[in-house]
Amino acid sequence: MEIKVLGTGCPNCLKLEKNVRKVVEDNSIEANITKVQDIVDIMAYKVMSTPALVVNEVVVSKGRIPNDKELLEFFTS
Amino acid sequence: MFNWLQNIVDYIVFEALGMDKGKHLAEALNFFIYDSVKILILLLFIIFLMGIINSYFPIEKVQNYLSRKKLYGFEYLMASLFGTVTPFCSCSSVPLFIGFVSGGIPLGVTFAFLITSPLVNELAIGLFVGLFGLKTTIIYVVSGVLLGTISGMLLQTFKLEKHLTAWVKDILANAQKEQEAFIQEKQSFSKRLPIIWHEALRIIKGILPYLLIGIAVGGLMHGYIPEGFFEKYMSKDNFFAVPVSTILAVPMYSNASGILPVIQVLVAKGIPLGTAIAFMMAVVGLSLPEAMLLKKVMTWKLIAVFFGTVSLCIIISGYIFNLII
Repeated sequence: MEIKVLGTGCPNCLKLEKNVRKVVEDNSIEANITKVQDIVDIMAYKVMSTPALVVNEVVVSKGRIPNDKELLEFFTS
Repeated sequence: MFNWLQNIVDYIVFEALGMDKGKHLAEALNFFIYDSVKILILLLFIIFLMGIINSYFPIEKVQNYLSRKKLYGFEYLMASLFGTVTPFCSCSSVPLFIGFVSGGIPLGVTFAFLITSPLVNELAIGLFVGLFGLKTTIIYVVSGVLLGTISGMLLQTFKLEKHLTAWVKDILANAQKEQEAFIQEKQSFSKRLPIIWHEALRIIKGILPYLLIGIAVGGLMHGYIPEGFFEKYMSKDNFFAVPVSTILAVPMYSNASGILPVIQVLVAKGIPLGTAIAFMMAVVGLSLPEAMLLKKVMTWKLIAVFFGTVSLCIIISGYIFNLII
């Protein structure tokens, strides 16, 4: 699975990345997590609020930090 | 509305803790507990309420609406109004800016949104109601919306497109009015509520330390600075008070939750409300970190024009406030 965290590096983006890594690790999900910080790359996903979360090239959440339960749903469904 | 709370706090401080009424320390503690709890209750309520409104007006819908509808000059006001219900994190300002201009929304309208969004938001409203009461809050919100509208209109007349950075100009050249209608996520209200609640709690948790420090500092000042202390230096007659406090505040970066409780005490001790609000708007609305972020999409010249115009509007509204309140 390809997971991308889109964010310019604000505290909320860092928090989302941390949570994503934790959920992936705790549930031994096989995933490749990348942080997308370049604004041009972020805009390719047409998101207007960060942090945003992309799973297999689909934007699943934006502008907020989903809780761990939601994250797990994104990664398993 | 909060008499019950004052009674409980009075009981805790003067009876349970047995502190002497009238002593500085006891009064300061009373003020601190009462203000903290009252503001937290109001914040939770307002953030939750705004969260519900916002879940029906997500930013994509706003962008779609502004780029598709013909509004005959009202688009500045609409953008500014939408800015109030959209939660704003300064790190989103760049993606937001690009998203707007690439949807064919004029630069001035985009600015109107970008100005109002940090100025009038759920946090600022909650704090204002808690600290200054409803009337001042309404004045603040209305002037914040007008400030965004007028600054946006002014900035549009300056024809600033040429001062955007090169890659943004490319995007602008390819900008098209998106014709596809925005498809909203279908999610039932009952499913949204827990998410909104969770988000409201997270926001409050994030600002709690700043808020408590702000109220504690305010509480100390409240007990130790004599009434009318500032009147000498920052009275309404002092013509330079408004511009000086605005210009001092522009580079400052502080969230509203830390600074507002302190400002409330300053107002109680004699600083005119208009001067205080001008200071507050400049702190929250404009900041050095925001300028650094905007550097990715704008040249320094454009940032300077943007900050200059908004500062000027803030100064003018400060004077108007001092005149009417």
